Amino acid sequence: MKHSLSILLLALAVCVSGQALAQATPSHPALTGTPGDADRGRALIRDPSRASCLICHSIAALPDRDQGELGPPLDGVAAIYDADELRQRVMDARRLSPDTIMPPYFSTEGLYRVGREWSGTTIYSAQEVEDVVAFLVTLVE
Amino acid sequence: MKHLAAILFLLAAPVVAQTSEQPISGYAFMEPATQELQDDDFLNPAFFLVAEGMEIWNRAWPGASGEARSCRSCHGDPKDSMAGVAARYPTADPDGAGVINLEGMLNREIETRLGGEALAYESQELLALTALVGYQSRGLAMSIDASGQVQDWADRGEEIYTTRQGQLNLSCQNCHVDHSGEKLRGDTISQGHINAFPIFRLIWDEVGSRHRMFTWCMESIRAEPFAAGSDEYLALETYLALRGEGLLIEAPGVRR
Repeated sequence: MKHSLSILLLALAVCVSGQALAQATPSHPALTGTPGDADRGRALIRDPSRASCLICHSIAALPDRDQGELGPPLDGVAAIYDADELRQRVMDARRLSPDTIMPPYFSTEGLYRVGREWSGTTIYSAQEVEDVVAFLVTLVE
Repeated sequence: MKHLAAILFLLAAPVVAQTSEQPISGYAFMEPATQELQDDDFLNPAFFLVAEGMEIWNRAWPGASGEARSCRSCHGDPKDSMAGVAARYPTADPDGAGVINLEGMLNREIETRLGGEALAYESQELLALTALVGYQSRGLAMSIDASGQVQDWADRGEEIYTTRQGQLNLSCQNCHVDHSGEKLRGDTISQGHINAFPIFRLIWDEVGSRHRMFTWCMESIRAEPFAAGSDEYLALETYLALRGEGLLIEAPGVRR
């Protein structure tokens, strides 16, 4: 009896934590019907003029000398998250953590005093998000 | 002396990343080569403005009452009369309910006492006068009187400082408080203090005011900047002067 109760509790705990895990990693399906191009994504995330990944993150596989330190390194990120989870993080990381300093690359929600030049636009286009995700999924180690 | 400065910097370096309690000048976050430009007045590309400011200081204006006057007519040698002044600005506006910064006070004096026309923000003449007056406070601690309305303006400035803005959705605080000392690509994020202005900025290849820097920052996060001399920037400047209380004035400074 005691034994079955603990199994029940364990099962319940697994269910609850499984659910919590699922909630903690929101994901988003592809934004376009055209598969992302990893090479284009690679070029994009290195481009400082595009407010891209390397400003804040580092990726050891890239040759760039000056890489950012504000966010965690992205090496091996694809071993932890799948494409849909990575896409959600790029699109709007606030969905995972409301106070994140990571800019939303595909959302205009809740922004304040956006420059006239940028008003109503997102940092990346839908296809650019796909390109970046296509590159990120190659970072398996 | 230079060695001593280098040792002091090395000692200070670990602190840079760890504490935001004690204000640290942007100087400590620069490459040694940039520091050297500021250390030597002959190399400092902003320093010519001090001499240019002195020419304007001595220049005869029509005068408010028809009698030609210069800054010097009333204030004599700025070495004596202006020592410590820039370190106390922004200050409560003696003629109004708001605050006034150094640029604002210089222009008010030009208009009301010298019978001249206000100098445009970022004009070389206004930069030169602020460089001259700022230079007379070099090495003195920034310390503004935050009683009464000045505190209200500082509070308003703090609100701007902590509000996330622009397409990149960042506040000043996100970077300059929470991540100072860390690398943003090749640059080390400073604490965002204002004790060296006007500064020669290498990436501008020009000298600029505090308000120009605010605009640069806002444009970098893709926010709609406020206007130079606006109430918002005055509030922000007031908050930053309080936040950097005790930092030594480095005007005219050099930054990357």
